[in-house]
Amino acid sequence: MRSSETIGWFADIGLADRPTVGGKGGSLGELTRASIAVPPGFVVRTGAFERFLSTLEQQEPIRTKVEALGADQLEQITALSNHLRARLESAALPDDLTSELIAAHAELCGADPNSHVAVRSSATTEDAEDASFAGLQDTYLWVKDAQAALHYVRSCWASLYSVPSIAYRRKHGLPESGVAMAVVIQRMVNARTAGVMFTRSPLTGDRSVVTIEGAWGLGSSVVSGEVTPDRFVIAKITGEISVREISNKHVQHLPATNGGVRELETPENLRRAPSLSDGEIVALRDIARRVERHYGRPQDIEWAVDHSGEILLLQSRPETVWSSKDRSPVATPAENPIQHVMKIFGGHR
Amino acid sequence: MKATAKTKSFPLPSSLKVVSGTENVQAAYPYYMQFGKEDDERFWFYNSMHFPEPMCLFDMITAEAAYCALGSANTRVYSLPTTLGIDCRIINGRVYIGGNAVTDPAEIERRTKEFQLRAFYYYENWERLFAQWKDKMMSLIRETEALPKLELPEFEPLEHVHAGRGVASNHYILDTYQKTLEGYFRMWQHHFEFLLLGYGAYLTFFDFCKKAFPEISDQTVARMVAGIEAEIFRPDDELRRLAKCAIDLGVDSQFREGVSPDEILKSLEQLGEPGAAWLKELAVSRDPWFNINVGDGFYHYHRSWNDDLSMPFAALPGYIVNAKHGERLERQTDRLMAERKQLIADYRELLETEGERAAYDQMIELAHRVFPYVEGHKFYCEHWYTNLFFNKIREFGGLLAQNGFFAKAEDVFQLSHYELESAIVDLMTSWSNGSPPRGIARWPAIVRERRAAIAEWAKHETAPALGPVPDVIDDPAIVMLWGITRENLDAWLTAGEQPNTNEIRGFAASNGVVEGIARVVKSVDEIGRLRKGDILVCQITNPSWAPVFQNISAAVSDIGGSMSHAAIVAREYGLPAVVGTGTATQKIKDGQRIRVDGGRGVVTLLG
Repeated sequence: MRSSETIGWFADIGLADRPTVGGKGGSLGELTRASIAVPPGFVVRTGAFERFLSTLEQQEPIRTKVEALGADQLEQITALSNHLRARLESAALPDDLTSELIAAHAELCGADPNSHVAVRSSATTEDAEDASFAGLQDTYLWVKDAQAALHYVRSCWASLYSVPSIAYRRKHGLPESGVAMAVVIQRMVNARTAGVMFTRSPLTGDRSVVTIEGAWGLGSSVVSGEVTPDRFVIAKITGEISVREISNKHVQHLPATNGGVRELETPENLRRAPSLSDGEIVALRDIARRVERHYGRPQDIEWAVDHSGEILLLQSRPETVWSSKDRSPVATPAENPIQHVMKIFGGHR
Repeated sequence: MKATAKTKSFPLPSSLKVVSGTENVQAAYPYYMQFGKEDDERFWFYNSMHFPEPMCLFDMITAEAAYCALGSANTRVYSLPTTLGIDCRIINGRVYIGGNAVTDPAEIERRTKEFQLRAFYYYENWERLFAQWKDKMMSLIRETEALPKLELPEFEPLEHVHAGRGVASNHYILDTYQKTLEGYFRMWQHHFEFLLLGYGAYLTFFDFCKKAFPEISDQTVARMVAGIEAEIFRPDDELRRLAKCAIDLGVDSQFREGVSPDEILKSLEQLGEPGAAWLKELAVSRDPWFNINVGDGFYHYHRSWNDDLSMPFAALPGYIVNAKHGERLERQTDRLMAERKQLIADYRELLETEGERAAYDQMIELAHRVFPYVEGHKFYCEHWYTNLFFNKIREFGGLLAQNGFFAKAEDVFQLSHYELESAIVDLMTSWSNGSPPRGIARWPAIVRERRAAIAEWAKHETAPALGPVPDVIDDPAIVMLWGITRENLDAWLTAGEQPNTNEIRGFAASNGVVEGIARVVKSVDEIGRLRKGDILVCQITNPSWAPVFQNISAAVSDIGGSMSHAAIVAREYGLPAVVGTGTATQKIKDGQRIRVDGGRGVVTLLG
């Protein structure tokens, strides 16, 4: 099946497509193009949302109602939010859209009855990269079948009308016409270990190391902060692993039988065992370097290792904390290079 | 180093007690090395890095000569802005030292001006002055090698008489002794001609890297600077060469584990031409590359490969096996050089601005300029020359033993160099007047008493530091040479309060994690006990230990930083290493299972 105005397969999209596939979708496409393994999938483009919304608008206006609200009218915002979310989640999709999405889902999952997908909202606005906004988007894991996936696509769309989202847009006076949401649908990774990594040290801003945090099971336990992950620091260039902090990973997130995620106690013998081998740490470093080079700037990356040991990336975002800091140079060239030794001999070290 | 009254304090020097029964021996050390009341005002630390064992009386000459030379370089020759020289004291055989900081800003400024006239000239003319240094050092070595043999014949040789020499043999005994001492003091002056400046330039680059890449490991910086063909690698290279020669000449079957060097030499002699050819190659390697000793050159009993072939010969069977399996024995200097270049370029690329890159280029250039001295001087000074020196003193011991002063030549090291001179004058006099030497009745009992004291002192632990804790340590010599920082001191202060754990911490010297059997090797005589895959646990290693690294799986040492020999060789062999643990040889039992994490600098006791 080919990409269309409704669907963009990862291999066909990139960062330039962000207006229609969102930040997350664009990033997954970009990684695919850079030959970095990600769980296969496609993006339900904003065009699909627009088609859905316009059928709803015909029945009853949406955008004008939102725009009529003031940022401080919390009560009215809440009432409208409840109303709109219910509408979006319960309304049927246009038939042609439904069939296109079901076909794409079938192609993605093939005949495997056990295949699950993740449904992840992928916002299109620059503001969405702001951490404060990113947290407002929804992700649904271990979604069982096409019908459920379609349901969660609508949930993602509906999240555009959550109370904080509407309040945020009203506060910043953002026009409703630009509001759209792409949705990523991709295969789930049955992660043995998952986590995040930073190509620039979150601790010191050091660009010469990759900091890796990981724990057993799905990465949601790490991202949500429910588990103190193992922490590894590996030198980008030499591959030396200088830090190995193995934590007590008392719980882990695993796929639930009927879809979704459940939290389980980690077996005693695994709690204090390293969740990554040295070989995997080195492999993650190699991937981190490739991604960083591809984007030309430091990245924060979500990753997972499946039960066969394959490493897949779930997300890569530009690092923003250290990159936006002003810093004075560590040293400037001296007219007489020998003058540098005064830093050692001149006192006040 | 000034201290404020409120700060925590280590025990005061005056609170240290001389171990009971050893008072006479303590009193025999020179008066200027005894602690006095006024020393309570100052901060001192135990120099366990250079002098990890109690120092016998003669060996204290090393502390004396070294601090004399270090101090004159700092204080008078280069005028280091913030520090003068090092003071030295000894109690219970333990050497404590203290720096003499300059804190008055006006004085620092005045000294800075002088420093730039002097030190900068050295940096600018480094290659020429270093070449000149090697010439000076070689002529000193040749001078000392040429010192006359010690002879007191019954009658002065007839040719001396007929030639009208007019000076009898006994005079030359004293003359040779004084020249021997003079040579040793001069060698230490040479040693410090470049050392502080060299370390300073290296640390300048090191500091830059630590600021630009806060999480870079010490060993990575060291790898960017380390030389590829430094003298430190030569002895080991020579062994590889000899292993290959043995195979080429078809005499390799003579080298088997557990066979003594003497037996091997004898069997080679019996093999005719190929055996003789190999022995000729051995002679080539021995001069000068077997002039390395099995310690750091600070104790008379750390003998050289030339004096004791068991260390180099123990390594040969392994090298022969490796060569037969097709392993390339010669170090691949081209590859190592290319790796170093790549490493420097890769880190350079990570810098954020062109300005930083330009500064980095300047600093690494300077570090590379000075590093051949930093790496190379030890072979000439602490090894080659020190061996010559102690062996010459041994000759005096032999002469005195022949004349009844001592039971054996080694006893000579129980005398201070002043006492030794008096014994020599005693012998000269006796030879001249025909009376028996007075020393026969004096020295044997004293030697016994002193040997017992050294053995007793070795059983007693000593405080890592004494006196008030300084607010800051701003003395580049102490930071550079001993790695002592305010943070170290805080750790020492709290060391007694921490519970015993199964962890021993040290410098992360070479990356990797390995579990295995610990082999605690206290001296070179024991290296034969190392089996393939063992973890070497030792006080300190030096170039003569390099061959051991082909067999072990990891290394742990009591002493040393990330630029120490064990660290450098471990990195070269790709073995995990933790160095500078302070106590590994005491805490780890021989045969115990341990885990060495060279990336974190942690050794864990497992069983």
